[in-house]
Amino acid sequence: MAQKTYAGVTVEVNEEGYFTNPSQWTKEIAKDIAKEEGIELTDKHFEMLEYLRNRFTSGEQLSIRGINKSGIVDVKAFYQMFPGAPLKKATKIAGIPKPTSCV
Amino acid sequence: MADKNHSIKKVSIICSKGTIEDVYAALVMGNGAVMEGIEANLFFTFFGLEAIIKKRMDHLHTGVIGNPAMRLPGGSRMPTWMGVIPGMEAMVSSMMKKEMDKLDVPPVSEFIELFVAGGGNLYACKLAADMFKLKKEDLSEHVKGIITVGQFYEIAGGEDSHIIFT
Repeated sequence: MAQKTYAGVTVEVNEEGYFTNPSQWTKEIAKDIAKEEGIELTDKHFEMLEYLRNRFTSGEQLSIRGINKSGIVDVKAFYQMFPGAPLKKATKIAGIPKPTSCV
Repeated sequence: MADKNHSIKKVSIICSKGTIEDVYAALVMGNGAVMEGIEANLFFTFFGLEAIIKKRMDHLHTGVIGNPAMRLPGGSRMPTWMGVIPGMEAMVSSMMKKEMDKLDVPPVSEFIELFVAGGGNLYACKLAADMFKLKKEDLSEHVKGIITVGQFYEIAGGEDSHIIFT
């Protein structure tokens, strides 16, 4: 088990950098992880991160299709908010495990 | 883990068959690629064109004859003769779609929208489109062009690019 320090707080992460204890997450930490990924977080980003965290806490599978249903942004905007691998990046910044869905 | 310097940068997937499972295999691979930040092209040819024909894309079927892997609910093999029962193909196809919906796999038209929203590109094969007498207006508005095999290879080229035929 690895550890990383974000915003002055040491957190538990796995070998890919995903949180193993999502309750350690704070908004300040999110900003720091995002910086590492080259993303400046806006209010929309935080809204999305909260949505993903809520979905995760209620035990639901995360998928790219689900983003359209979130009512926050559409999939196209989601790709722009988290460029590259959007769902992987967003979950990392949200302090939750990497999604295991194929869609 | 693969060599980081040679991770896949581009995939071009050729879909040549029009059954539910063939089309979804191509769409899952393509959409999975854009979700990973990999540039992706989907090229539809021959019966694969069904997947991008506006009127037909959401009405694909699964073949029930000549498929030895086809199982009945419960797990025993479906005898070939059963496949000829009228309505069997439609029933099996609707069951397939229902099961996929449970896994949050979208209908073809919506799947294509997700793929395109992620930056993926769709192309139709010129030879097959000519053969089936299809025009651009018959196809999904997301299709970027009806292209020749030569154009396909131009688009598919580049370092760490891969071509997948399904």
